[in-house]
Amino acid sequence: MSDMSEAFETVGKPKKKLDGKALVRGKPVYTPDYDVPGALIVKLLRSPYAHAIIKSIDADRARAIEGVVAILTHEDVERIPYSRAGQGYPEPSPYDTFLLDRKVRYVGDAVAIVAATSEKAALKALKSIDVEYELLDPVLNMEDSMREGAPVIHDEEDCSGVFDKSRNIAAHFEMEIGDVEETLNGCDYVITRTYHLDTQLHAALEPHNAVTYLDPAGRLIVVTSTQVPFHCRRILSRILKKPISEIRVIKPRIGGGFGGKQSIIAEPYAAMVTLKTGRPARIIYTREEVSMASNIRHEMKYDITVGADANGRIKAISMRGLSNTGAYGEHCLTTFMVSGSKTLPLYNKVDAVHFGGDVVYTNLPPAGAYRGYGAPQGLFALDCVIDELAHELKIDPLKLKEMNSIREGETSPIFKIMGEGREGVPQIMKSCKLQECIDLGKKEIGWDEKRGRRMRNGSRVRGVGCALAMQGSGIPKVDMGAATLKMNEDGSFNLLVGATDIGTGSDTILAQIAAEVLSVPLEKIIVYSSDTDVTPFDVGAYASSTTYVSGNAVRLAAEKVKKQILELAANFLEREEKELKLSAGTVTCSDGSSVSLEELCTKHMYTFNQQQIAATASYVGEESPPPFLATFAEVEVDTETGKVYLINLVSYADCGLALNPIQAIGQLEGASMQGIGWALYEDIIYSSGGRMLTNDFFTYKVPSRMDYGKLTCGLVESYEPTGPFGAKSIGEIGIDSPIPAIGNAIFDATGIRLRHAPFRSEKIFFEILNLEV
Amino acid sequence: MKITLDVNGNLHEINIDPGDYLLEVLRDLGYKSVRRSCHSASCGTCTVLVGGKPVLSCSTFAASVDGQRIETVEGLSQGEKLHPIQEAILEEGGAQCGYCIPGIVLTGEALLRENPDPSDEDIKLALNGNICRCTGYESQNRAIKKAAEVMRGDDYE
Repeated sequence: MSDMSEAFETVGKPKKKLDGKALVRGKPVYTPDYDVPGALIVKLLRSPYAHAIIKSIDADRARAIEGVVAILTHEDVERIPYSRAGQGYPEPSPYDTFLLDRKVRYVGDAVAIVAATSEKAALKALKSIDVEYELLDPVLNMEDSMREGAPVIHDEEDCSGVFDKSRNIAAHFEMEIGDVEETLNGCDYVITRTYHLDTQLHAALEPHNAVTYLDPAGRLIVVTSTQVPFHCRRILSRILKKPISEIRVIKPRIGGGFGGKQSIIAEPYAAMVTLKTGRPARIIYTREEVSMASNIRHEMKYDITVGADANGRIKAISMRGLSNTGAYGEHCLTTFMVSGSKTLPLYNKVDAVHFGGDVVYTNLPPAGAYRGYGAPQGLFALDCVIDELAHELKIDPLKLKEMNSIREGETSPIFKIMGEGREGVPQIMKSCKLQECIDLGKKEIGWDEKRGRRMRNGSRVRGVGCALAMQGSGIPKVDMGAATLKMNEDGSFNLLVGATDIGTGSDTILAQIAAEVLSVPLEKIIVYSSDTDVTPFDVGAYASSTTYVSGNAVRLAAEKVKKQILELAANFLEREEKELKLSAGTVTCSDGSSVSLEELCTKHMYTFNQQQIAATASYVGEESPPPFLATFAEVEVDTETGKVYLINLVSYADCGLALNPIQAIGQLEGASMQGIGWALYEDIIYSSGGRMLTNDFFTYKVPSRMDYGKLTCGLVESYEPTGPFGAKSIGEIGIDSPIPAIGNAIFDATGIRLRHAPFRSEKIFFEILNLEV
Repeated sequence: MKITLDVNGNLHEINIDPGDYLLEVLRDLGYKSVRRSCHSASCGTCTVLVGGKPVLSCSTFAASVDGQRIETVEGLSQGEKLHPIQEAILEEGGAQCGYCIPGIVLTGEALLRENPDPSDEDIKLALNGNICRCTGYESQNRAIKKAAEVMRGDDYE
C-alpha cells in the first residue's frame, strides 16, 4: 500500500473525513435534527401476540383524545403486497408484506398507525385502541416451521415469490459441482458436523426514523435514515400508489446502519400519515422497536461434511443449511446464497461441492440484511469444520487452511454458479494477498509459539485460533452506481453521487478519487450524496459496493470531465491537446503556456465558448473482486466459570489499495468488534410466546471498551487492477471471521468444540462440567 | 414549572413539565448535539456535563438541574477552532457515523479535566459507558490519549 500510494497525490492518504468537522462539533446533521414545524408524531400500535388474526379494532376512544389527528388500521389503507428489502429491481425477495394487515405474524408487528400533535397524546391513544385478536398457534423455531401440520404463516392469497407457502419455506436453493457423494467415498478422512449461529441485532445508535411532508407543489418529501434512498423511493411509490416523480427521498448523515437500514421500515408509516392528513409527520422508533420490529440477522444452521485425502487436500465439501427469515422474507434467498457464495470459493481446490437448503418463516422478528449478509454464518460452519478436520489429520489447522485456500490467478466455479438470487459471474483472482495476510497475522499473534500449548494462568487456560475469510465488492452485473461532476468558476467541482455515506466515509473516498483524477486538492471537491431529486442513481450502501462500484463511477465521471477540460484548454490556448497536461489545478503546455482551471472555467461560463463543464458516468461491476482476510484470536478461558477473555484479536486484510487507510482500518476494526460481540456477548432471548426479551442495551450486550483485550488490525499491500486506483471494498469482511477464530481458540485452550454460537460463559461452563464427569 | 438552565454560558428561563427529561428540553432549546439513542441510561449517547460531571440527559429530569451549569459539545469549540479531543478524533478516524461522538467528547473532556495524563486503562474505564457501534473503540481511545498530550503541552491555551 505504501509504495503504490506514493504515486498518488490524494488517494492512498489518510485524509480526514469531509463531514468529520460537523460530526465532532455535534452539528444538526441527522434526520431527527431536522425541525419540521407542525410535524405530527407518529406511533405504531404493535401486536402483543406472535401469530393472530385481528377480529376487530375499536379506535373510537383513541380518536376522541385531544391532539389525536389520525388513526389508521388495515381497513384504512390499501392492501398492496411488497417486500421491505432495499435491493435491485425486481427484488429477489418475496412480496409478502403489507403496510397493515388483518393478520399479525410476530410480537411487534404493526396493527395501527397513530398520529397526534404531541407524543403524550400519541402514547395515550396507543393505550386506548381496543383490539380483539383470534390467537393462532405460533411457530417459534426453524425446525418446527417445516413440520407436517405446522401453522401456515403466509396463507394469504396475494403474496408472491414465496417458494412453498404451505410448508413455510420462503426460499430454497440447491447447487452441486462434481459428484460429492462419489468424491467423499474416495476420501481418506470424512467428517460431518452441525454448526448453528444465532441471530444478532444491528444496534445502530441512531434509531430508525423519518420525517415526511408535502412541498408547495404537493410532492412528498421524505427525509430518512436509510442506506438505500433510491430503493426507498421506488418501494414507497408502490405502497403509496404515488408516481416516482412525486416522491423525493433525502438522506442526511446517518447514525449507523450495518444493513439494518437496507430495508424500508419506518418510512411508509409517516408517509401514509402525510398523504392522509396533508400534514408533516415524524416517526422515531424507540430502542425496543428498533430491536424487535426492524430487522435482525438470519439465524442459520448448517450440516456440513468435508472430505480430504491423507495429505490434507480437501476434495469435497457439502453444506446443507436452514435459515430463519422470521415473519417476513426480505433478503431471505440472497443472504442464504451469500453464506455459500462468499465462503466456499475460499477453498477452491475441491473436486466436488454441494450447497443447498431452505429459508423458513417463523413467528419471530423479520430477519434482513446485516453486514456480512450470510457469509459469517456460512464461514462459522466451513472454517470450524476444516479446523476439526485438521485435528483429525493431526496437522496445524492454519497449515491446512493455507494449503487449500485460493490464491492470485486462481478461480472457483462457484463464482459463476452462485450470484445473489440468480447466477453469478465467473472471475479470476487478479489480486489476492491472502498469504501475506496469514504471514503477518501469524507472526503478530505468535501462532507457532502458542498453539497447542494450553498455557495456564491460575484457573485460566490460553489458546489461539485462526480463520480465513473473503467477501466481495458489489453485486456484479446488478449493482449500478452513477456520479455527476460539474465544474465551478473557482476551479472547484460539485460531486453528486447516489452512493450513500452511512458513516463509512464513502463521501470522502469518492472525493479523493475525483481529486486524484482531476489533480486538484481534496478541498476543491464538494460532495453531495443521496438525494433522489438531485443526485444520479446508485443502489445504495450495501454488498461492499460503494468503494468499488460507486468509486469506479466517480473515476469515469472525473475522467470525462478531465477530457473536456483538456479539449477546451487546447482550443483556448490554441495548442494541440496531446501537448497539454493537467496538474496542480493548471493546464500546462509543453511550450510553457498555461491556463488555470479557475480562469478556464470562468471564461467558458461567462465570455468564451460558453458551456457548463460537467459529466455523468455510470458503472456496473463486471466482476466482484473479493477482499481477503486472515484473523487470529488469542483467548483465556476460566475453567472455573467458563468465562472467555479475549486477549487479542488480530486481523490483516487485503482490500487492494486502501484509498484512505485510516477509514479502511476503521471499517476493519469496527466490523471485527461487531464480530467479537456476536461471538461472546450478544445473545437474543425470546419469551415462550415469542417476545424478544433482550430489546435494550441492558439486556442485549453490545461490547464496551472493557470487553476485550487488544484489537490489532492491519492492511497488506495489494492492487486490484479493476478497482478505482487499485481498490477493493472492505466494509463487511471484518465481521466474518471473529466467531470461527474465537471458537477455534476456545478449542485450542480447552479441547471443547462449541458448534453453537454465541459462546456464552454458561455454555462453556456446562461443557467443562461434562468433561470433568 | 419554571426553571433556569445555564447552557454553555447562555441562560434559558423556560417553562417545563416536572416530568420532562433534560434530553428533550435541551434539544427543544436547539442543542441538537444532545442525541437520543437508548433513552434508558444504557449507551452514553446523550451525555452532557452538569457541574463538570458527565450525566445522562435521557434519564435526568430537567427540573433536577435547575440553576446548574450545563455543558454540551456546542460550547466546546471556539469558533472554527476545534477542541483537541475533537481534532484528535478526526485525525485518528474515531468518528464514523458520528452519532456517539458528542457523548464521547464530553466524557473525555470530563476525564481530562480530572486526570490530564490518563493511562489506557483510565481511558477505557472512564468511557466504558459510551457505546460506539462503528469504530471498535481503538481509534477513539487513541484520540483521547493524543488529546491529553496536546492539552498538557506548553502551547495549549
